[in-house]
Amino acid sequence: MSVTYLDAIRAAQEKALQNDPSVFIYGQDVGKFGGAFKATKNLAEKFPGRVIDSPISEDAMVGLAVGAAMEGMRPVVEMQFADFSTVGLNQMLNHAATTYWRTGKPCPMVLRLPSGGTPGSGPFHSQSMEAIYAHYPGLVVMTPATVEDAYSMLLEAIAMPDPVVFCEHKLLYYHLKAKSLPAEAVPAFKAHVARPGRDVTCVAYSAMVHEALAAAEELAGEGYEAEVVDLRTVKPLDTDTILASVARTGRLLAVGESWPWGGVSAEVVSRVASEGFELLDAPPRRLNAKDTPIPYHPNLWSAHRPTAVRIAEALREVLRY
Amino acid sequence: MMDREVGKASSQAEQDPMERMSRAMLRARVLEDKLASLYRAGRIVGGVYLGRGQEGLSAAGGVALRKGDVLAPLIRDMAGRLGFGEPLVDAVRAYLGSKLGPMKGRDGNIHRGDLSRGILPMISHLGAMVSATAGVLLAKRMKKEKGFVGLTSAGDGATSTGSFHEGLNVAAVEKLPLVVVVADNGYAYSTPNDRQFACTDLLDRAKGYGVEGHGVDGTDPEACWEVVGRAVQRAREGAGPQLVVGRLLRLCGHGEHDDGLYIDKKMKSSDRGRDCMEVLRDQMKARGLGQNWDRWEKEAQEEVEGAVKKVAEEPLPDPFEEDWRATAMVGAAEAVQKG
Ligand SMILES: Cc1ncc(C[n+]2csc(CCOP(=O)(O)OP(=O)(O)O)c2C)c(N)n1
Ligand SMILES: [Mg+2]
Repeated sequence: MSVTYLDAIRAAQEKALQNDPSVFIYGQDVGKFGGAFKATKNLAEKFPGRVIDSPISEDAMVGLAVGAAMEGMRPVVEMQFADFSTVGLNQMLNHAATTYWRTGKPCPMVLRLPSGGTPGSGPFHSQSMEAIYAHYPGLVVMTPATVEDAYSMLLEAIAMPDPVVFCEHKLLYYHLKAKSLPAEAVPAFKAHVARPGRDVTCVAYSAMVHEALAAAEELAGEGYEAEVVDLRTVKPLDTDTILASVARTGRLLAVGESWPWGGVSAEVVSRVASEGFELLDAPPRRLNAKDTPIPYHPNLWSAHRPTAVRIAEALREVLRY
Repeated sequence: MMDREVGKASSQAEQDPMERMSRAMLRARVLEDKLASLYRAGRIVGGVYLGRGQEGLSAAGGVALRKGDVLAPLIRDMAGRLGFGEPLVDAVRAYLGSKLGPMKGRDGNIHRGDLSRGILPMISHLGAMVSATAGVLLAKRMKKEKGFVGLTSAGDGATSTGSFHEGLNVAAVEKLPLVVVVADNGYAYSTPNDRQFACTDLLDRAKGYGVEGHGVDGTDPEACWEVVGRAVQRAREGAGPQLVVGRLLRLCGHGEHDDGLYIDKKMKSSDRGRDCMEVLRDQMKARGLGQNWDRWEKEAQEEVEGAVKKVAEEPLPDPFEEDWRATAMVGAAEAVQKG
């Protein structure tokens, strides 16, 4: 038997519903239909009245979750695609994120975002929104890259007293598999060295971890050992693990699937440059998608996003400096 | 000093609702007059937005609610807040920035609230509180609470937001006991109704949402009590969301920085421009309660003066003692602080 990344997300929600009567799920088509990606399949039958279909009202979906969280519930809101969460941004950024600071009372809720590009998805079904959410104080932003993390981090997200933006990568939903669900978990706020190496650090998160691992494999054939750091959670950012890795390798490439202006990879480079300048043997570099909307056709899309090939090229440049 | 706590609602319920309306409105008017003069004296941090002329419609909502209900007030709801049981001194604290206030100086003025009393602290973004109030009600229903109501208000301008629409629609879909009181004062800041929407009467929208609608002359406090009280009762009985539209004018600027000269003079001198306080005073006199009215007014003045004096001596927020963390995480707090 094996479990996919999507199975893990479904299983985590099932476990949370089982363990905590204050948990409920809210989203478009999540009820009997089981969700656009089937992340809530069979949950409505198992937990009557707690897996609720919402109207197409992202602002009200998040607003309703904020109110419910203030009243002691733990709502898990599914956006059909991360891209549509722009319509609910106000409630998330200005309401959910400010509640604890303004009132001293927690606002425990999870916003699940089916994120990232897949072939043929185009400009409005491919976005990665982590940087926008991470910019606002009061939110936790998670970007799991593995089946194990999808499961354990979602459980942790639901149990947290804060609003959590949970960025799930759609490309990993069906293809990424593990033998079983994890019995133990690494705490969600710790980054993880996904592959050790001595020559260069490649910081990545979400689906880019797998591209980075493939790039590291390619470089291994050329005699270079790249260390891949999986951020797991981008806000708060585990700067210590990143700096410790750069202390070993002296070189840094930060990779992100989202756009190049600002964002997580820029934050990583900025922290290493200002807090770990003397550790560096080469200028720290970034690799992101191109600065255009995300293209529809696979020919364009695969050139738009960082891939193992482009990451390997960028790593070689950092190594050559 | 009479801090009217939400907890005393049962004894309040035995009081004549028009007496409770009168007291809430008088306390609100006296307090807001005081806030306006403190603003002019430069003693208030931030803006001052008043509910002058809208006290009757606002108070009716607050007075109709009881303990266990939820109120999500907006900018012109001092009277509703006091009618529901927000301590007057907390309002003063929010304006003067006292650290002992419900927002501890982290937020202020109209943005105050107290979740433990069922008062949601509004965010500025108009329309946003409708779905949040619906969420509180959904949660109460899931927790198997019974007989509760939520009330939130909006201006004519706020009804144009997508958020207002989404919120009322979702409340209707879930058949939640939500009362939305729209104070149609003809203007949103300087923008008149005809630049805000093209329908003749906002009340017509009730049908489109599938909710019950109630219109009322917002300058007539007795009518406000009757109509808002009935809407709250209908929601409590399980009749789903209720939309109340009260027509009135605001008898002040948008905020105290604004002279409101754009408000049509003819409208001002019409019945719509009546001062609900005067209307209510006459209504109370007609009931033979004129002497009580004078006494309540005097009590309100004493309470307000006392509260301002007390709060002026309270500590202000201190940046060195402040806990600069925006998340509640225990254990991981340090990591979060690093951001
Ligand atoms: C979404 C949003 N846009 C703009 C504003 C700025 N703003 C604050 S009050 C106001 C006018 C509101 O008019 P109305 O809803 O009629 O309420 P009134 O002030 O008349 O009571 C505006 C434009 C805001 N608070 N929120
Ligand atoms: Mg208005």
